[in-house]
Amino acid sequence: MHAPLGATAVPDNRPQTQTGPLAIEARGLVKRFDGTIAVDGVDLMVPQGAIYGVLGPNGAGKTTTLRMLLGIIDPDAGVRRVFGHERPHDIARLIGYLPEERGLYPSMKAYEAIGFLGALRGMTLADAKARGRRLLEEHGLGHAAERTIRQLSKGMAQTVQLLGTLVHEPRLVVLDEPFSGLDALNQGKLEKMIRALAANGTTVIFSTHVIAHAERLCEGVAIIAGGRVPYAGSVDAARDRIPAQVRLETEARDGPWRAALPADARAEGKYWMFSLPESGIEPLLRALIEGDAGILSLSIERAGLHDAFVHIAGEAAARALEEASPAEQAR
Amino acid sequence: MTADAPHTPMSRLPLAQAAFVVARRDFSAILFSKAFLFFLLGPVFFGLVLIGSASIGRKTAENAEPPVLAVMLAPEAARAFSAAHDRLRDRVDLPRIAIVEPAAAPSPAAVLGQADANYGAVLSGTLAAPRLTGTRERLERWRGPVALIAANALDGPAAFPPVTLAETATSQSTQKRARGDTATAALTLMFLLTMLLAGMVMSNLVEEKANKIIEILAAAIPMDAVFIGKLFAMLGVSFVGIAVWGGIAGLVLTLGGGALQPLAPPAVGWPLFAAMFFAYFSMAYLLIGSIYLTIGAMAPTVRDVQTLSLPATMLQLGVFFLATYSTSSLGSPSEMVALAFPLSSPYAMVSRAAQEPALWPHLAALAWQALWVLLFVRFGARLFRRRVMKSGPAPTSRRGFLRRARS
Repeated sequence: MHAPLGATAVPDNRPQTQTGPLAIEARGLVKRFDGTIAVDGVDLMVPQGAIYGVLGPNGAGKTTTLRMLLGIIDPDAGVRRVFGHERPHDIARLIGYLPEERGLYPSMKAYEAIGFLGALRGMTLADAKARGRRLLEEHGLGHAAERTIRQLSKGMAQTVQLLGTLVHEPRLVVLDEPFSGLDALNQGKLEKMIRALAANGTTVIFSTHVIAHAERLCEGVAIIAGGRVPYAGSVDAARDRIPAQVRLETEARDGPWRAALPADARAEGKYWMFSLPESGIEPLLRALIEGDAGILSLSIERAGLHDAFVHIAGEAAARALEEASPAEQAR
Repeated sequence: MTADAPHTPMSRLPLAQAAFVVARRDFSAILFSKAFLFFLLGPVFFGLVLIGSASIGRKTAENAEPPVLAVMLAPEAARAFSAAHDRLRDRVDLPRIAIVEPAAAPSPAAVLGQADANYGAVLSGTLAAPRLTGTRERLERWRGPVALIAANALDGPAAFPPVTLAETATSQSTQKRARGDTATAALTLMFLLTMLLAGMVMSNLVEEKANKIIEILAAAIPMDAVFIGKLFAMLGVSFVGIAVWGGIAGLVLTLGGGALQPLAPPAVGWPLFAAMFFAYFSMAYLLIGSIYLTIGAMAPTVRDVQTLSLPATMLQLGVFFLATYSTSSLGSPSEMVALAFPLSSPYAMVSRAAQEPALWPHLAALAWQALWVLLFVRFGARLFRRRVMKSGPAPTSRRGFLRRARS
C-alpha cells in the first residue's frame, strides 16, 4: 500500500535515499529566532501515502520544522519541497494542517468553522459548509453543528478543528501534536482516523513527544532533539540500531560454556543478559549444549522505539521526553 | 479519501480570492459584534469633538486670515479714516482695513462678493454719516470700531457719528469661514473614523493571535492575503457605518427642516464632495490601518500593542492638527507640507475640496496617495508576514533543554 521507506540514519549528514515518490523532501533546513538556532540542518523525506512521525521532546524544533515545511515560516537555509513544490502555498489546497495550539473563532457555529477552513483551502463556502455538516454527522457530532465553538467542550472543539483540517480532502495532512489534550478514547479514535486516511493514500505526518503513538502508527519516523535530526528513516530500522537482547537462564551457574557468552554478557538475577551476537544465536546454542549449561529458558527481545530513541538521541533527550508527559508515555 | 478528489497539480487560492475569504469572515463577524455597536455610537463622540475642533478651527482661521474692512469712501475721507485707524490701532483692537476706490466696484455688495478678497464688511457713505454693509454678525462687531475711527478722523466730535447698517445675507469672508467649518467637520469626522477603525483592525488581529487562528490562516493562504483581507474588511464595515449615519443624518435634516442649520455647501458641491470624502477617507484609513496592522503583527500581547501603537497614535494626532491648522491657510507652506506628507494628504485634500472649487489637484493628490497606499500595504504585508509568526518556543526554555541534552 505504502511506498517503502528507504531512509536511513543520517548522523553524518549523508543524503537519505528514497525510491518512491515523495510527499515531503527537506534538506538542510535551518531556522534561527533572534540569533538562537531552533532548527539546525534538518533533512526529511516522507514518502507519499506514509504515516510519518516527528518524534522529540518539547522545544526540540518539531513545530518550527513543520511550520517551515508548510510555508508558514521560511527557512534561513535549506530547501523544502512538498509534492515537488518549493513554495507550499502554491499547493495549499492539497494540504491540511492541524496546529499544536488549536484555534477557531469562538463565535462561529461548528459547521461554519469547518466551512471557513474549507474556504481557506479553495472550496466554495457553501460546499465547505455542507460538507462540514456531513462530517459532523459522520463523526457523531451532528447535534453540535449549530452550536458555537465557545459552547462546545474542548474535545468536541478539537474534533471540529480536525474535521476542518480534512474537509477539503487533502493529499497531505500535517498534525502538530494531535494527541495532546485528548483522552484515551479520543486518542484511539484519532489513531483510527489517521490509519483510515493513510489507507486511502493520504500522507500523514504528525509530531509527537509520545513514543507509543509513533511506534503504533508510523512506518517512518524522524527523531529530533536540540534542533537536529540524528535519525530519519523507518521505525524498524531505528529499532534495528540496537542489537536484540538475549535473556538466558541456565541450570549451571558456571562452566566452560561461559567462554562462549559474548563479551557484554552480564548477570541480572538468575538471568544472563547480552546482545545478540552478529553470528546469530545458533553457534552460541551449540556451545551451551555442548558445555552442559542446562538451558532453562532463552528469549530474544527486539529493541523498542523507546530504546532506539535513547540510543540515538541520548539519555538526556529521552528524559526530557518522559518529563514532558510521563502519563502519556506509559500508555 | 483523496483518490478521486478533483485536485490540479497547482492548487493555490489566488491572492484576491484568499483576501476575500478573510475579508468576508471579518466583515460579517464585526458587523454582528458589539464593537460595531460602539462604532455606530461614533457620531455622538464625533459631535462633541466637532464642536471643540470647530471652535479651534474658527479661531485659527480668524487669527491666520482675519476678515478685512473695505473702506469705500471718497479719497480724502478714506485717507483721514486710514490715518485715524493708524493712530488708534495700538490702543484699541480694530479690524484690518483696505482702501477700495469707489469707482472700482458698482456697490458695496459687489465688493463683498469679490472672491479674491477676504472682506467682512464695506464702509461707504461719509465720515459724518458712515454706512456699514455686511452680515449681521460682522455689523454687530464692527459698528462700534467704525464709529470710533470715524469720530477720530473727524477730529473728535462730541458724539460718535451714527453708523447706518446695511445687512447682507453673506459675505466672501462669511462664506470662507463657513466652508472652513465644513472642512473642519469633514476632516474631524475622517480622523475619528480612521482612528476608530485602525484601532479595531489592530484589536481584531491581536485577538486572532490570541485565539491561535493566525497560524491556520498562515498555513492556508499567503500572509499578504490575510493583511489585505483584514484591512479591506474593516473598510467595508466603515462604509456600512457611514451609510447608517448618513441615512440617519438625512432623515433628521429632512424632518428638522429649516430648524436645523446644516454645514455650508463645500466649494466642489455636495455630491462631488461626498465622493471625494469617501476616496480620501479610504486612503487615510488604508495608510494608517496598514501601520496599525503591522504593529498588531509585531505585538505578542495587548500590552505590547498599547506600547507599540503609542507613537502611531501620536503621529496620527500630529497629522490631524497639521491638517486642521492648514485648513485656514490654503496655499501656505504648512498646507503644502500637509498635502505632500502621505498621512496628512487625505485630510488636507478633503479640506481643500470644501474650500476650493478646482478639481485637478484632487486627481493628482489621489494618484499620489494611491502610490503611498500601495507602498504602505506592500511594506506592511511584508513585515506582517515576517513578524506575525515569529514565535518559536522561548529561547530560555530551548537553552534549558539544550543544557539538559548536553549534560
